[in-house]
Amino acid sequence: MKIPFKYFEAIEKRTWLLGILTAAFLSLGGLAEITPLFAAANSVKAPEGVKPYSAERLAGFEVYVHNGCYLCHSQMIRHLSFETQRYGAPSVAEESVYDRPMQWGSKRTGPDLARVGGKYSDDWQRQHLIDPRSVVHESNMPKYGWLEDKEVDAKTLQNRMRALRKLGAPYTDEEIENAPAKVEGKTQMDVLIAYLQGLGIDNKAPANETQDKEVNHL
Amino acid sequence: MQTQETYNDGVIRLFLYAAIFWALTGMSVGVFVAAELYWPNMNMDIPALSFSRLRPSHTFGVIFAFGVSALIGTSFYVAQRTGHTRLAFGKLAYFVFWGWQLSCVLAMITVPMGYTQSKEYAEPEWLIDILIAVVWVSYGIVFFGTLARRRIKNIYVACWYYGAFIVAVGMMHIINNLVLPISLTRSVPIYSGVVDAMVQWWYGHNAVAFILTAGFLGMMYYFVPRQAQQPLWSYRFSIVNFWALISVYMWAGAHHLMYTALPDWVQSVGMAFSIILVMPSWGSAANGLMTFNGVWDRVKKDPAAKFMVISLIFYGASTMEGSIMADKTVNSLSHYTDWTVAHVHSGSLGWVAMITIGSLYAMAPRILGRKEMHSHAAMEWHFWLHLLGTLLYVIAMWVAGVTEGLMWRASYADGTLMYSFLDSLIAIKPWYVVRALGGAFIVTGMGLMAWNMWKTTDQARSGNIAPIPVPLDDGTSHGNNSQLTGAY
Repeated sequence: MKIPFKYFEAIEKRTWLLGILTAAFLSLGGLAEITPLFAAANSVKAPEGVKPYSAERLAGFEVYVHNGCYLCHSQMIRHLSFETQRYGAPSVAEESVYDRPMQWGSKRTGPDLARVGGKYSDDWQRQHLIDPRSVVHESNMPKYGWLEDKEVDAKTLQNRMRALRKLGAPYTDEEIENAPAKVEGKTQMDVLIAYLQGLGIDNKAPANETQDKEVNHL
Repeated sequence: MQTQETYNDGVIRLFLYAAIFWALTGMSVGVFVAAELYWPNMNMDIPALSFSRLRPSHTFGVIFAFGVSALIGTSFYVAQRTGHTRLAFGKLAYFVFWGWQLSCVLAMITVPMGYTQSKEYAEPEWLIDILIAVVWVSYGIVFFGTLARRRIKNIYVACWYYGAFIVAVGMMHIINNLVLPISLTRSVPIYSGVVDAMVQWWYGHNAVAFILTAGFLGMMYYFVPRQAQQPLWSYRFSIVNFWALISVYMWAGAHHLMYTALPDWVQSVGMAFSIILVMPSWGSAANGLMTFNGVWDRVKKDPAAKFMVISLIFYGASTMEGSIMADKTVNSLSHYTDWTVAHVHSGSLGWVAMITIGSLYAMAPRILGRKEMHSHAAMEWHFWLHLLGTLLYVIAMWVAGVTEGLMWRASYADGTLMYSFLDSLIAIKPWYVVRALGGAFIVTGMGLMAWNMWKTTDQARSGNIAPIPVPLDDGTSHGNNSQLTGAY
């Protein structure tokens, strides 16, 4: 026991050595896990036929992000039978490849939204966002009626599309050019509904990819 | 005559006041958003007050504003006291104080206004992130600069933990917040989808590890032996636990993403390391508790020691719970439910808040020129209010979480689901009231602490505090901190 402790004392008496060793030990786990994952995950490509968000839905994604919807709604259906029964096929990595940031969430005070698109009508979504308790009596979701009074900021939207293109989303000049026209006169409510209605539909991976994934029966 | 060096306690007093202010603010916001889950119209149609906008101000307020202010303040205290030296770069230390407070104010105001990246626990936008990075590097310079000019050769283990906290948080903050700015208030993260999830939970998990665990262990390793008035149970054990803890924690982040689209091998590695993690965690908890061996009667009389002992029990309990929840089978039930919220709060209210409150009660009189806190009774009341509040909170969320988990998976013999999502919400709603009530007890206790602290600052307010001289070469302070480490 004496000898190893001598080495500890050598570290204990040198600030620089302590600092360097601490940083090294801290990096071990991160490097071992994240490096291979980075390589693997960066090779995840969008499913065939899936394009980045349209201007309108991208504006809706922004509304979703800026209002912190992820704090109560996940967008990640786990590989568990009771989840797939309730929400649909398990989520796959390809489906969120255009999400910056990802909106997988960590808590369900409300239900998962990964495949909510098309489950309800536009009118239902609008009424539910304006006053959730008028359609779901026991709901504890806040009211988002004020989204109807706010217009979409077209300039930020264009800037966002340009930035996304730099990061690899295949937007054409034309699409960026036409973005303001696509959201003209639309409220944040309109674009948020458009975003929700495409979830699980516009980004859906080809059937064989989701079906091949194993589902756990616990 | 030789000029006598004194400790720089001025900046520590500021951090002490800030920590108490932020505890009251952050926890009050917490009670408000907790109540909103039962009374959703409480936001009175004000967007910034709705649950989804305001909750990040609660987490930022308690973790970064309250927790980190207390950590920076106590780390300056501990580095000076265990090194027998004055704080390095005095002016920079004041910049760290004001810079950090500015970051907290900006973050807690802009996020509810909608300027958020919606990355959990890293919500503020890029300009605030840059400010935080600058302040953090300055903090590192002051802390390690102080270690560099110490007079005691051996760096005490508390400083090892504070050091790891500073290095890790700096690293994670920068890597997780890499974005492409598109305007002064908006940005696009460079990571997308599964990569973003991985980086986010590497950050999210290790923020818990290195702020809420390593940082506060630094606090524990200094203030527990001081309050027990005897050396740490085993100094060697504390060092072994240090290296084990910092090298194991970073592997465990994947347990936040079980059964998701993250590759399976990472999930399994994350689970394995999460289970190993219980060892260094229990090592520190045992070391702290055993330090009270032989002086347990002190716990009866001293509220600060009470807080410390109970905090260590909660630390042991919640780290064990964390390892259990990281098991894939348990996680399939607990994930996405209020059980996670229960776990986080048994750690943060039970361990983090209690070790902080105990340490602040121990440190405050020493830097405020007083023998002891103004009111002993108020500290006792605070202890019982806090403990009762925490138990109410945690039990309510445990019951709610397990109920949700069981209802979501319950199915009939033919495999169809028994309950709709709404059924589970209706079943747990009453527990949201109990949780808010628990929170109210805790805030009341913090109010008592604020009052007690205000009364204790009478000497400071009238400017009567004489700076405390650093013990110089007097033949007794050589070698190591033997009053903390014992003979080893």
